[in-house]
Amino acid sequence: MMNKELLNKQDIERILSRIAHEIMEKNKGPEKLCLVGIQRGGVHIAHRLSARIDMIEHVSVPVGSLDISLYRDDISRRKKLPIVRKTDIPFDISEKVIVLVDDVLFTGRSIRAALDALMDFGRPAQIQLAVLIDRGHRELPIRADYVGKNIPTARNENIEVQLEEESAEEKVVLISGE
Amino acid sequence: MPKDLVSIKDISKEETEALIDTALSFKAVLRRDIKKVPALRGKTVVNLFFEPSTRTKTSFELAEKRLSLDVINFAVSSSSVVKGESLLDTVRTIESYGIDYLVIRHPSSGVPHFIAKQTHASVVNAGDGINEHPTQALLDAVTMKERKGGVKGLEVAIVGDILHSRVARSNVDCLMKLGASVRLVGPPTLIPLNPPAGVKVYYDMDDGIRGADVVMMLRIQLERQGKSFFPSTKEFFKYWGLSAERLVLADKDALVMHPGPMNRGIEIASDVADCPQSVILEQVTNGIAVRMAVIYMLQ
Repeated sequence: MMNKELLNKQDIERILSRIAHEIMEKNKGPEKLCLVGIQRGGVHIAHRLSARIDMIEHVSVPVGSLDISLYRDDISRRKKLPIVRKTDIPFDISEKVIVLVDDVLFTGRSIRAALDALMDFGRPAQIQLAVLIDRGHRELPIRADYVGKNIPTARNENIEVQLEEESAEEKVVLISGE
Repeated sequence: MPKDLVSIKDISKEETEALIDTALSFKAVLRRDIKKVPALRGKTVVNLFFEPSTRTKTSFELAEKRLSLDVINFAVSSSSVVKGESLLDTVRTIESYGIDYLVIRHPSSGVPHFIAKQTHASVVNAGDGINEHPTQALLDAVTMKERKGGVKGLEVAIVGDILHSRVARSNVDCLMKLGASVRLVGPPTLIPLNPPAGVKVYYDMDDGIRGADVVMMLRIQLERQGKSFFPSTKEFFKYWGLSAERLVLADKDALVMHPGPMNRGIEIASDVADCPQSVILEQVTNGIAVRMAVIYMLQ
Protein backbone atom coordinates (compact mmCIF):
# COMPACT_ATOMS: atom_id res chain seq x y z
CA MET A 1 0.00 0.00 0.00
CA MET A 2 1.19 3.48 -0.93
CA ASN A 3 0.15 6.62 0.89
CA LYS A 4 0.35 10.02 -0.73
CA GLU A 5 -0.31 13.24 1.13
CA LEU A 6 -2.68 15.42 -0.91
CA LEU A 7 -3.38 18.29 1.49
CA ASN A 8 -1.63 19.51 4.62
CA LYS A 9 -3.01 21.47 7.55
CA GLN A 10 -2.46 24.83 5.88
CA ASP A 11 -4.13 23.70 2.65
CA ILE A 12 -7.17 22.51 4.61
CA GLU A 13 -7.44 25.81 6.47
CA ARG A 14 -7.27 27.84 3.26
CA ILE A 15 -9.92 25.66 1.67
CA LEU A 16 -12.27 26.05 4.64
CA SER A 17 -11.81 29.83 4.59
CA ARG A 18 -12.70 29.88 0.91
CA ILE A 19 -15.79 27.70 1.41
CA ALA A 20 -16.94 29.91 4.29
CA HIS A 21 -16.71 32.92 1.96
CA GLU A 22 -18.53 31.06 -0.81
CA ILE A 23 -21.34 30.09 1.54
CA MET A 24 -21.77 33.74 2.57
CA GLU A 25 -21.59 34.93 -1.02
CA LYS A 26 -24.19 32.49 -2.26
CA ASN A 27 -26.59 33.04 0.62
CA LYS A 28 -26.25 36.82 0.97
CA GLY A 29 -25.98 36.81 4.73
CA PRO A 30 -26.36 34.18 7.39
CA GLU A 31 -29.84 34.88 8.86
CA LYS A 32 -31.57 31.67 7.81
CA LEU A 33 -28.40 29.62 7.54
CA CYS A 34 -27.66 26.45 9.53
CA LEU A 35 -24.82 23.95 9.18
CA VAL A 36 -25.35 20.21 9.65
CA GLY A 37 -22.31 17.95 9.70
CA ILE A 38 -22.47 14.25 8.87
CA GLN A 39 -20.85 12.07 11.57
CA ARG A 40 -17.99 12.03 12.09
CA GLY A 41 -15.66 14.08 9.89
CA GLY A 42 -18.40 16.38 8.63
CA VAL A 43 -19.26 17.49 12.16
CA HIS A 44 -15.77 18.88 12.81
CA ILE A 45 -15.70 20.64 9.44
CA ALA A 46 -19.15 22.16 10.08
CA HIS A 47 -17.95 23.58 13.40
CA ARG A 48 -14.88 25.07 11.74
CA LEU A 49 -16.95 26.64 8.95
CA SER A 50 -19.25 28.15 11.57
CA ALA A 51 -16.25 29.63 13.41
CA ARG A 52 -14.94 31.14 10.16
CA ILE A 53 -18.32 32.62 9.25
CA ASP A 54 -18.35 34.14 12.74
CA MET A 55 -14.95 35.71 12.02
CA ILE A 56 -16.09 37.10 8.67
CA GLU A 57 -19.59 38.31 9.51
CA HIS A 58 -19.62 38.30 13.34
CA VAL A 59 -22.67 36.09 13.55
CA SER A 60 -22.93 32.60 14.91
CA VAL A 61 -24.43 30.07 12.54
CA PRO A 62 -25.91 27.12 14.45
CA VAL A 63 -24.30 23.71 13.92
CA GLY A 64 -25.98 20.31 14.16
CA SER A 65 -24.66 16.78 13.83
CA LEU A 66 -26.32 14.02 11.87
CA ASP A 67 -25.80 10.26 12.09
CA ILE A 68 -27.02 8.57 8.94
CA SER A 69 -26.55 4.90 9.79
CA LEU A 70 -30.29 4.32 10.33
CA TYR A 71 -30.97 5.66 6.83
CA ARG A 72 -28.30 3.76 4.88
CA ASP A 73 -29.17 1.42 2.03
CA ASP A 74 -26.46 -1.14 2.74
CA ILE A 75 -27.53 -2.36 6.17
CA SER A 76 -27.88 -5.97 5.03
CA ARG A 77 -24.28 -5.90 3.76
CA ARG A 78 -22.67 -4.52 6.89
CA LYS A 79 -19.78 -6.36 8.45
CA LYS A 80 -18.68 -4.58 11.56
CA LEU A 81 -20.60 -3.41 14.60
CA PRO A 82 -23.02 -0.73 13.37
CA ILE A 83 -22.60 1.94 16.04
CA VAL A 84 -25.24 4.65 15.90
CA ARG A 85 -23.65 7.98 16.76
CA LYS A 86 -25.34 11.05 18.08
CA THR A 87 -27.73 13.07 16.01
CA ASP A 88 -28.07 16.47 17.61
CA ILE A 89 -29.89 19.21 15.73
CA PRO A 90 -30.66 21.76 18.44
CA PHE A 91 -32.72 24.05 16.21
CA ASP A 92 -35.83 23.90 14.05
CA ILE A 93 -34.76 23.28 10.45
CA SER A 94 -38.11 24.25 8.93
CA GLU A 95 -37.83 27.14 6.43
CA LYS A 96 -34.06 27.29 7.02
CA VAL A 97 -31.23 27.07 4.51
CA ILE A 98 -29.24 24.01 5.53
CA VAL A 99 -25.68 23.47 4.41
CA LEU A 100 -24.97 19.78 4.76
CA VAL A 101 -21.27 19.19 5.42
CA ASP A 102 -19.23 16.03 4.80
CA ASP A 103 -15.54 15.30 4.51
CA VAL A 104 -15.49 13.12 1.37
CA LEU A 105 -18.09 12.90 -1.40
CA PHE A 106 -17.88 9.52 -3.13
CA THR A 107 -20.85 7.46 -4.37
CA GLY A 108 -23.41 9.96 -3.08
CA ARG A 109 -25.21 7.29 -1.04
CA SER A 110 -24.34 8.89 2.30
CA ILE A 111 -25.77 12.18 1.07
CA ARG A 112 -28.96 10.43 -0.08
CA ALA A 113 -29.28 8.95 3.42
CA ALA A 114 -28.54 12.33 5.03
CA LEU A 115 -31.24 14.04 2.94
CA ASP A 116 -33.79 11.45 4.08
CA ALA A 117 -32.69 11.82 7.70
CA LEU A 118 -32.92 15.63 7.53
CA MET A 119 -36.44 15.49 6.08
CA ASP A 120 -37.58 13.66 9.22
CA PHE A 121 -36.69 16.77 11.23
CA GLY A 122 -38.72 19.24 9.22
CA ARG A 123 -39.04 20.95 5.86
CA PRO A 124 -36.04 23.15 5.15
CA ALA A 125 -36.37 25.96 2.59
CA GLN A 126 -33.24 24.67 0.85
CA ILE A 127 -30.44 22.16 1.35
CA GLN A 128 -26.96 22.79 -0.01
CA LEU A 129 -23.92 20.50 0.14
CA ALA A 130 -20.35 21.35 1.14
CA VAL A 131 -17.55 18.75 0.99
CA LEU A 132 -13.84 18.95 1.62
CA ILE A 133 -12.97 16.35 -1.04
CA ASP A 134 -14.90 15.19 -4.09
CA ARG A 135 -13.34 11.94 -5.26
CA GLY A 136 -15.83 11.12 -8.02
CA HIS A 137 -17.52 7.76 -8.79
CA ARG A 138 -21.05 9.00 -8.14
CA GLU A 139 -23.77 6.35 -8.18
CA LEU A 140 -26.62 8.80 -7.64
CA PRO A 141 -27.52 12.15 -9.25
CA ILE A 142 -25.96 14.22 -6.47
CA ARG A 143 -23.42 17.06 -6.72
CA ALA A 144 -21.89 19.42 -4.17
CA ASP A 145 -22.48 23.19 -4.07
CA TYR A 146 -19.11 23.82 -2.42
CA VAL A 147 -16.09 21.60 -3.12
CA GLY A 148 -12.77 21.97 -1.31
CA LYS A 149 -10.78 19.95 -3.82
CA ASN A 150 -11.63 17.61 -6.66
CA ILE A 151 -9.40 14.55 -6.49
CA PRO A 152 -9.74 11.98 -9.28
CA THR A 153 -9.32 8.52 -7.76
CA ALA A 154 -9.49 4.90 -8.77
CA ARG A 155 -12.22 2.82 -7.16
CA ASN A 156 -9.78 0.69 -5.21
CA GLU A 157 -8.09 3.77 -3.78
CA ASN A 158 -9.18 5.39 -0.56
CA ILE A 159 -9.20 8.96 0.72
CA GLU A 160 -8.47 9.47 4.39
CA VAL A 161 -9.22 12.82 5.97
CA GLN A 162 -7.36 13.24 9.25
CA LEU A 163 -8.51 16.22 11.30
CA GLU A 164 -6.73 17.44 14.40
CA GLU A 165 -9.92 16.93 16.46
CA GLU A 166 -9.35 13.18 16.12
CA SER A 167 -5.80 12.64 14.84
CA ALA A 168 -2.31 13.68 15.83
CA GLU A 169 -1.68 15.26 12.46
CA GLU A 170 -3.97 17.13 10.11
CA LYS A 171 -3.85 16.02 6.47
CA VAL A 172 -5.66 14.38 3.58
CA VAL A 173 -4.06 11.18 2.34
CA LEU A 174 -4.63 9.09 -0.75
CA ILE A 175 -4.26 5.41 0.09
CA SER A 176 -3.78 3.40 -3.07
CA GLY A 177 -4.90 -0.17 -3.55
CA GLU A 178 -2.70 -3.11 -4.49
CA MET B 1 -22.48 -9.12 17.34
CA PRO B 2 -23.99 -12.62 17.44
CA LYS B 3 -27.07 -13.72 15.47
CA ASP B 4 -29.20 -14.05 18.60
CA LEU B 5 -29.60 -12.51 22.02
CA VAL B 6 -30.90 -15.30 24.22
CA SER B 7 -28.57 -14.72 27.14
CA ILE B 8 -26.48 -11.85 28.46
CA LYS B 9 -23.64 -14.39 28.46
CA ASP B 10 -23.81 -14.43 24.62
CA ILE B 11 -22.36 -10.94 24.33
CA SER B 12 -18.95 -9.63 25.32
CA LYS B 13 -18.34 -6.64 27.55
CA GLU B 14 -17.55 -4.52 24.48
CA GLU B 15 -20.73 -5.63 22.72
CA THR B 16 -22.76 -4.91 25.86
CA GLU B 17 -21.33 -1.40 26.06
CA ALA B 18 -21.95 -0.83 22.35
CA LEU B 19 -25.58 -1.91 22.83
CA ILE B 20 -25.99 0.52 25.72
CA ASP B 21 -24.50 3.43 23.74
CA THR B 22 -26.61 2.61 20.71
CA ALA B 23 -29.71 2.48 22.92
CA LEU B 24 -28.92 6.00 24.11
CA SER B 25 -28.76 7.14 20.47
CA PHE B 26 -32.12 5.47 19.83
CA LYS B 27 -33.54 7.24 22.87
CA ALA B 28 -32.86 10.51 21.08
CA VAL B 29 -34.82 9.19 18.09
CA LEU B 30 -37.78 8.57 20.41
CA ARG B 31 -37.77 12.24 21.40
CA ARG B 32 -38.16 13.45 17.80
CA ASP B 33 -41.44 14.47 16.20
CA ILE B 34 -41.04 11.63 13.72
CA LYS B 35 -40.08 8.69 15.88
CA LYS B 36 -39.65 6.19 13.08
CA VAL B 37 -36.43 5.44 11.20
CA PRO B 38 -36.20 3.35 8.02
CA ALA B 39 -33.33 1.22 9.36
CA LEU B 40 -34.97 -2.22 8.97
CA ARG B 41 -37.52 -1.46 6.28
CA GLY B 42 -38.57 -4.58 4.40
CA LYS B 43 -37.63 -6.97 7.20
CA THR B 44 -40.16 -8.91 9.24
CA VAL B 45 -40.37 -9.83 12.90
CA VAL B 46 -42.67 -12.30 14.62
CA ASN B 47 -43.47 -11.84 18.29
CA LEU B 48 -44.11 -15.28 19.69
CA PHE B 49 -45.40 -15.03 23.24
CA PHE B 50 -46.27 -18.28 25.00
CA GLU B 51 -46.81 -16.46 28.26
CA PRO B 52 -49.05 -13.52 29.12
CA SER B 53 -47.20 -10.23 28.73
CA THR B 54 -48.48 -6.74 28.19
CA ARG B 55 -45.60 -4.40 28.83
CA THR B 56 -42.72 -6.39 27.35
CA LYS B 57 -44.78 -7.24 24.29
CA THR B 58 -45.90 -3.65 23.83
CA SER B 59 -42.34 -2.43 24.30
CA PHE B 60 -40.96 -4.85 21.70
CA GLU B 61 -43.76 -4.08 19.27
CA LEU B 62 -43.21 -0.34 19.55
CA ALA B 63 -39.43 -0.78 19.17
CA GLU B 64 -39.98 -2.91 16.05
CA LYS B 65 -42.37 -0.41 14.49
CA ARG B 66 -39.97 2.47 15.21
CA LEU B 67 -37.37 0.54 13.17
CA SER B 68 -39.86 0.16 10.27
CA LEU B 69 -40.07 -3.62 10.66
CA ASP B 70 -43.22 -5.44 9.59
CA VAL B 71 -44.62 -6.89 12.79
CA ILE B 72 -46.61 -10.09 13.18
CA ASN B 73 -47.96 -11.02 16.59
CA PHE B 74 -48.41 -14.75 16.91
CA ALA B 75 -51.06 -15.21 19.55
CA VAL B 76 -50.38 -18.60 21.01
CA SER B 77 -53.69 -19.17 22.76
CA SER B 78 -55.53 -18.91 19.44
CA SER B 79 -52.98 -20.78 17.35
CA SER B 80 -52.41 -24.39 16.46
CA VAL B 81 -50.34 -24.87 19.60
CA VAL B 82 -53.56 -25.52 21.46
CA LYS B 83 -54.39 -28.05 18.75
CA GLY B 84 -51.26 -29.97 19.66
CA GLU B 85 -48.62 -28.65 17.26
CA SER B 86 -45.10 -29.09 18.63
CA LEU B 87 -42.91 -26.11 19.43
CA LEU B 88 -40.48 -26.96 16.67
CA ASP B 89 -43.24 -27.31 14.07
CA THR B 90 -44.64 -23.95 15.13
CA VAL B 91 -41.23 -22.33 14.68
CA ARG B 92 -40.61 -24.05 11.32
CA THR B 93 -44.00 -22.89 10.09
CA ILE B 94 -43.31 -19.31 11.15
CA GLU B 95 -39.86 -19.43 9.58
CA SER B 96 -41.42 -20.50 6.29
CA TYR B 97 -43.23 -17.16 6.17
CA GLY B 98 -39.78 -15.70 5.46
CA ILE B 99 -39.07 -13.82 8.65
CA ASP B 100 -35.87 -12.16 9.83
CA TYR B 101 -36.40 -11.81 13.58
CA LEU B 102 -38.18 -13.90 16.18
CA VAL B 103 -38.92 -12.45 19.60
CA ILE B 104 -39.88 -15.20 21.98
CA ARG B 105 -41.22 -15.48 25.50
CA HIS B 106 -41.87 -18.88 27.01
CA PRO B 107 -42.69 -20.16 30.50
CA SER B 108 -40.01 -22.87 30.21
CA SER B 109 -36.34 -22.01 30.69
CA GLY B 110 -34.13 -22.66 27.67
CA VAL B 111 -36.76 -22.53 24.94
CA PRO B 112 -35.27 -19.47 23.14
CA HIS B 113 -31.83 -21.15 23.23
CA PHE B 114 -33.30 -24.26 21.62
CA ILE B 115 -35.17 -22.30 18.95
CA ALA B 116 -32.17 -20.12 18.12
CA LYS B 117 -30.31 -23.25 17.04
CA GLN B 118 -33.19 -24.35 14.80
CA THR B 119 -33.82 -21.19 12.81
CA HIS B 120 -31.95 -18.82 10.51
CA ALA B 121 -33.86 -15.89 11.96
CA SER B 122 -32.30 -13.79 14.73
CA VAL B 123 -33.87 -14.81 18.03
CA VAL B 124 -34.37 -12.38 20.91
CA ASN B 125 -35.25 -13.80 24.30
CA ALA B 126 -38.09 -11.79 25.83
CA GLY B 127 -38.03 -13.89 28.99
CA ASP B 128 -37.81 -17.67 29.44
CA GLY B 129 -39.27 -19.09 32.64
CA ILE B 130 -37.14 -18.19 35.63
CA ASN B 131 -33.99 -18.21 33.52
CA GLU B 132 -33.15 -14.98 31.66
CA HIS B 133 -34.54 -11.67 30.47
CA PRO B 134 -31.56 -10.05 28.74
CA THR B 135 -33.26 -6.93 27.35
CA GLN B 136 -34.49 -6.05 30.86
CA ALA B 137 -30.92 -6.22 32.18
CA LEU B 138 -29.72 -4.02 29.33
CA LEU B 139 -32.42 -1.42 29.87
CA ASP B 140 -31.55 -1.32 33.56
CA ALA B 141 -27.89 -0.77 32.65
CA VAL B 142 -28.89 2.03 30.26
CA THR B 143 -30.90 3.69 33.03
CA MET B 144 -27.94 3.45 35.42
CA LYS B 145 -25.47 4.74 32.85
CA GLU B 146 -27.70 7.67 31.96
CA ARG B 147 -28.40 8.65 35.57
CA LYS B 148 -25.06 7.78 37.17
CA GLY B 149 -22.67 8.35 34.28
CA GLY B 150 -21.56 4.73 34.20
CA VAL B 151 -22.17 1.30 35.62
CA LYS B 152 -18.61 0.45 36.68
CA GLY B 153 -18.10 0.73 40.43
CA LEU B 154 -21.76 1.10 41.33
CA GLU B 155 -23.11 -0.75 44.38
CA VAL B 156 -26.35 -2.33 43.19
CA ALA B 157 -28.72 -4.03 45.64
CA ILE B 158 -31.24 -6.38 44.03
CA VAL B 159 -34.00 -7.03 46.53
CA GLY B 160 -36.80 -9.53 46.91
CA ASP B 161 -37.73 -12.69 45.05
CA ILE B 162 -34.34 -13.49 43.52
CA LEU B 163 -35.08 -17.19 43.21
CA HIS B 164 -37.91 -16.86 40.68
CA SER B 165 -36.51 -13.82 38.92
CA ARG B 166 -35.11 -13.97 35.40
CA VAL B 167 -34.65 -10.21 35.75
CA ALA B 168 -32.26 -10.76 38.67
CA ARG B 169 -30.35 -13.51 36.87
CA SER B 170 -29.75 -11.45 33.75
CA ASN B 171 -28.98 -8.35 35.78
CA VAL B 172 -26.34 -10.12 37.86
CA ASP B 173 -24.55 -11.28 34.69
CA CYS B 174 -24.83 -7.90 33.01
CA LEU B 175 -23.80 -5.80 36.02
CA MET B 176 -20.82 -8.01 36.89
CA LYS B 177 -19.67 -7.87 33.27
CA LEU B 178 -19.80 -4.07 33.38
CA GLY B 179 -17.87 -3.89 36.66
CA ALA B 180 -20.59 -3.09 39.21
CA SER B 181 -20.73 -4.85 42.57
CA VAL B 182 -23.95 -6.71 43.16
CA ARG B 183 -25.76 -7.50 46.40
CA LEU B 184 -28.67 -9.93 46.56
CA VAL B 185 -31.09 -9.11 49.37
CA GLY B 186 -34.11 -11.09 50.52
CA PRO B 187 -35.44 -13.87 52.72
CA PRO B 188 -33.28 -17.04 52.65
CA THR B 189 -36.16 -18.93 51.03
CA LEU B 190 -36.07 -16.62 48.00
CA ILE B 191 -32.31 -16.51 47.44
CA PRO B 192 -30.65 -19.31 45.46
CA LEU B 193 -28.58 -21.73 47.54
CA ASN B 194 -25.61 -21.25 45.24
CA PRO B 195 -25.51 -17.58 44.35
CA PRO B 196 -23.21 -16.58 41.47
CA ALA B 197 -19.56 -16.07 42.42
CA GLY B 198 -18.69 -12.53 43.36
CA VAL B 199 -22.08 -11.36 44.60
CA LYS B 200 -22.76 -10.57 48.24
CA VAL B 201 -25.85 -12.03 49.90
CA TYR B 202 -27.80 -10.22 52.62
CA TYR B 203 -30.75 -11.66 54.51
CA ASP B 204 -31.24 -8.34 56.31
CA MET B 205 -32.73 -5.57 54.21
CA ASP B 206 -31.21 -2.68 56.17
CA ASP B 207 -27.68 -4.11 55.82
CA GLY B 208 -28.34 -4.99 52.20
CA ILE B 209 -29.24 -1.52 50.98
CA ARG B 210 -26.95 0.50 53.24
CA GLY B 211 -24.91 2.90 51.08
CA ALA B 212 -26.17 1.36 47.82
CA ASP B 213 -26.16 3.49 44.64
CA VAL B 214 -29.06 1.57 43.15
CA VAL B 215 -31.90 -0.26 44.90
CA MET B 216 -33.59 -2.57 42.44
CA MET B 217 -36.81 -4.02 43.79
CA LEU B 218 -38.21 -7.17 42.22
CA ARG B 219 -41.82 -8.19 41.90
CA ILE B 220 -42.98 -10.94 44.23
CA GLN B 221 -43.98 -13.54 41.67
CA LEU B 222 -46.98 -15.04 43.40
CA GLU B 223 -47.90 -16.92 40.21
CA ARG B 224 -44.62 -18.86 40.12
CA GLN B 225 -44.72 -19.86 43.74
CA GLY B 226 -46.25 -23.27 44.31
CA LYS B 227 -45.51 -23.16 47.99
CA SER B 228 -45.09 -20.65 50.76
CA PHE B 229 -41.78 -18.83 50.78
CA PHE B 230 -42.86 -16.27 53.37
CA PRO B 231 -45.78 -16.10 55.83
CA SER B 232 -47.73 -13.18 54.38
CA THR B 233 -47.34 -10.25 52.00
CA LYS B 234 -47.74 -7.96 55.00
CA GLU B 235 -44.83 -9.60 56.74
CA PHE B 236 -42.79 -9.49 53.53
CA PHE B 237 -43.22 -5.73 53.31
CA LYS B 238 -42.26 -5.35 56.97
CA TYR B 239 -38.93 -7.14 56.51
CA TRP B 240 -37.99 -6.71 52.84
CA GLY B 241 -40.24 -4.00 51.45
CA LEU B 242 -38.76 -0.66 50.40
CA SER B 243 -40.27 2.03 52.60
CA ALA B 244 -39.31 5.71 52.72
CA GLU B 245 -37.68 5.14 56.15
CA ARG B 246 -35.55 2.37 54.72
CA LEU B 247 -34.55 4.22 51.59
CA VAL B 248 -32.57 6.79 53.63
CA LEU B 249 -30.12 3.99 54.48
CA ALA B 250 -29.05 3.85 50.84
CA ASP B 251 -26.87 6.56 49.28
CA LYS B 252 -28.70 9.88 49.30
CA ASP B 253 -28.75 9.93 45.49
CA ALA B 254 -29.62 6.25 45.17
CA LEU B 255 -31.84 5.26 42.26
CA VAL B 256 -34.98 3.26 42.97
CA MET B 257 -35.72 0.78 40.19
CA HIS B 258 -38.42 -1.83 39.55
CA PRO B 259 -38.96 -3.91 36.40
CA GLY B 260 -42.75 -3.77 36.79
CA PRO B 261 -45.49 -4.61 37.22
CA MET B 262 -45.27 -3.33 40.79
CA ASN B 263 -47.10 -4.72 43.78
CA ARG B 264 -47.48 -1.47 45.71
CA GLY B 265 -47.45 -2.10 49.43
CA ILE B 266 -45.87 -5.57 49.07
CA GLU B 267 -42.32 -5.05 47.81
CA ILE B 268 -42.36 -1.26 47.46
CA ALA B 269 -44.22 1.47 49.32
CA SER B 270 -46.47 3.56 47.13
CA ASP B 271 -44.78 6.86 48.03
CA VAL B 272 -41.34 5.41 47.28
CA ALA B 273 -42.47 4.23 43.85
CA ASP B 274 -43.45 7.83 43.03
CA CYS B 275 -40.57 9.63 44.78
CA PRO B 276 -37.97 11.76 42.90
CA GLN B 277 -35.36 9.00 43.27
CA SER B 278 -37.60 6.55 41.45
CA VAL B 279 -36.66 5.94 37.80
CA ILE B 280 -39.29 3.27 37.23
CA LEU B 281 -41.04 5.06 34.36
CA GLU B 282 -37.71 5.97 32.79
CA GLN B 283 -36.93 2.25 32.73
CA VAL B 284 -40.04 1.77 30.60
CA THR B 285 -38.91 4.41 28.08
CA ASN B 286 -35.39 2.99 28.00
CA GLY B 287 -36.88 -0.44 27.33
CA ILE B 288 -38.06 0.66 23.90
CA ALA B 289 -34.66 2.19 23.06
CA VAL B 290 -32.79 -0.94 24.20
CA ARG B 291 -35.01 -3.27 22.18
CA MET B 292 -34.46 -1.11 19.11
CA ALA B 293 -30.71 -1.30 19.68
CA VAL B 294 -30.75 -5.09 20.16
CA ILE B 295 -32.80 -5.85 17.07
CA TYR B 296 -30.83 -3.34 15.00
CA MET B 297 -27.41 -4.69 16.01
CA LEU B 298 -27.95 -8.46 15.79
CA GLN B 299 -26.39 -9.97 12.71
